[in-house]
Amino acid sequence: MTAVAKLGPRAARRAAKLEATASRLEALTLPESGEWLRRARETALARLREIGLPDRRDEYWKFTDPATLVRTDAPAAALFEITDEAMVFDAIDRLRVVFVDGVFDPDASDELEAEGLEIVRLADAGGRDIHWAQELFGALEAEGQDPVTRPLAALNTAVATDGVLIRATARVARPVSLIYRRRDPSAELALHHVVKVEPGAELTLLENGPGAARVSTVTEMCIGDGGVLHHVRAQGRDHERRAITHLFARLGEQSVLKSFTLSANGALTRNESVVWLNGKGGSAHVAGAAMGDGAFHHDDTVFITHAAPDCESRQVFKKVLRHGAVGVFQGKILVHQAAQLTDGYQISQALLLDETSQFLAKPELEIYADDVKCSHGSTSGEIDADQLFYLRARGLPEETAKGLLVLAFLAEALDEIAREDLAEEIREKLRGWVSRHR
Amino acid sequence: MLEIKNLHVKLEEEDKAILKGVDLTVEAGKVHAIMGPNGSGKSTLAYVLSGRDGYEVTEGSIMLEGHDLLDMEPEERAAIGLFLAFQYPVEIPGVGNMTFMRTAVNALRKARGEEEMSSAEFLKAVRAKAKELKIDAEMLKRPVNVGFSGGEKKRNEILQMAMLEPKMCVLDETDSGLDVDAMRLVADGVNALRDAGRGFLVITHYQRLLDHIRPDVVHIMADGRIVKTGGPELALEVEKNGYADILAETGAAA
Ligand SMILES: Nc1ncnc2c1ncn2[C@@H]1O[C@H](COP(=O)(O)OP(=O)(O)O)[C@@H](O)[C@H]1O
Ligand SMILES: [Mg+2]
Repeated sequence: MTAVAKLGPRAARRAAKLEATASRLEALTLPESGEWLRRARETALARLREIGLPDRRDEYWKFTDPATLVRTDAPAAALFEITDEAMVFDAIDRLRVVFVDGVFDPDASDELEAEGLEIVRLADAGGRDIHWAQELFGALEAEGQDPVTRPLAALNTAVATDGVLIRATARVARPVSLIYRRRDPSAELALHHVVKVEPGAELTLLENGPGAARVSTVTEMCIGDGGVLHHVRAQGRDHERRAITHLFARLGEQSVLKSFTLSANGALTRNESVVWLNGKGGSAHVAGAAMGDGAFHHDDTVFITHAAPDCESRQVFKKVLRHGAVGVFQGKILVHQAAQLTDGYQISQALLLDETSQFLAKPELEIYADDVKCSHGSTSGEIDADQLFYLRARGLPEETAKGLLVLAFLAEALDEIAREDLAEEIREKLRGWVSRHR
Repeated sequence: MLEIKNLHVKLEEEDKAILKGVDLTVEAGKVHAIMGPNGSGKSTLAYVLSGRDGYEVTEGSIMLEGHDLLDMEPEERAAIGLFLAFQYPVEIPGVGNMTFMRTAVNALRKARGEEEMSSAEFLKAVRAKAKELKIDAEMLKRPVNVGFSGGEKKRNEILQMAMLEPKMCVLDETDSGLDVDAMRLVADGVNALRDAGRGFLVITHYQRLLDHIRPDVVHIMADGRIVKTGGPELALEVEKNGYADILAETGAAA
């Protein structure tokens, strides 16, 4: 008998998975980088070889097929006709960091410096001693591999060609804005960012643009005691683009994270958020509004761990789907025994504009503390006929009325954006989508 | 202005006839009242006039100033000047009352080939009307009808009516749930528009509202038909004796 024949089915599956992973990674060359970064990349690669690349049989990949995210070459994706000027946040005064097809564009970017901020490109950082970034780069991602693996995040740590390392040491009013432009229909983007908000500091991080045919971003966020991080992201409207993103956020005492993502269009999007509330009194809100028409698969996978008492978390995800679009939500709240007085809220809802669209939800609560308040709900429904008639009876054309109701449905997610000017930018994009459906 | 002829309506989903031959004509500047027991088909008439789904017109016609309403979508009916104040105004969480009303006003203006109102113009107009109707400006900021009391919902309907300036208004039990002061405000709103040559169909259970809006004509509806038509005195008769006598005398079932 051969060795393989002696394996049980699980072990055999694991062996096959690791073999597939090894062969996919065979031709991989790690980007040139300095000492500490090279070590971090090699460690990530070893981690990935150990856990294996995802496939349909993994518990958290049942609703979303990772094949096009895993394969060596990105499927080409047609460029969507949109001028860079029409991109979201254009009206906002911000520090621009522009990437074109994943490559930093110094001419289009602002000087990477501002009061209370330290910003270094990852590509420049490897050979320098930047302790705060070295401590975090790949470390939160590694921590986030347990209890659920995030193999594509490990892959990103290994291969990301660039990214920004941002440290806020004061309250910074002007947002840092990462802009991902696209020019080449088959280009691929892998960026890895680190954001450190020092105790008492505050930062707003914006991200927008389609990026590339296939996008992979990892953002490791560390928010010190009393720190505040606002994150507002609009994923580009290119219909055929694919994206896998990961946020790993560790929060200290009395700190705040508010993250909101708008996704309109895109063939495949999977946004994973992994959050640890490690200090007393922390607050983490992760929200998203997604709208898709036709070949659209959108997956929000969220894991929030309450490890300290008296913290609050909210997950608010809304999806508007039509013409066969698919929405997925996998959201978990894990409350450790020490996390008494936890206030956890999770809602995921889909508005199905026709019968061909689909919403798949896997809401989970796992609670080991006894004095907690946790609620979750997941629904999918259609446009309310009475509301629609009421609006039409007042003279609103059917499409206008439906548009208003779609925006109303999304409103709870948008409420999670703290800054009104940013919320209005996002609302404007939503109104555009609602009137065009694309 | 409004001409309803031999209107027969059944439910779309089941074989249940609700309106069984309604004839009614409302002239410009006139107020017609419809009274009748619960379940006689008053709200159904109002819904069919405004084009709600779920009903099938099996016979008859409805014309508004020469337009065949039955050929038109609800929004097209609104555009030519039809307005229904709902018996049960619908709550719409997430849609601001102000946004809703401005969108409605501008949709109608656009449909009529008029220039749209700017936000500032609209705000000024709506504030003035709200003040006249003693509607708290706070109510304008809230989502449509959400958390409104019964009376607030009805006043919100009248505010919309005032802003949209329709030609033909159908008020479905707008008086129920209103206190006397609120009812007077509603009546003032109606009377102001009536003077401007608008037509009204006022559905009500009670004489009370008709004390403030003197109807020109009163109809009694029972079992899907108009069984009796008269002047304001008919409402007083109903108030005093109920429907029993009238129904007995006309041979209609309740
Ligand atoms: N959508 C509906 N489905 C079922 N029955 C209905 C519907 N609309 C009206 N009806 C029935 O039609 C009759 C008339 O109702 P309605 O028009 O509401 O009367 P009114 O307003 O005079 O009280 C009632 O018997 C009611 O139950
Ligand atoms: Mg009724």
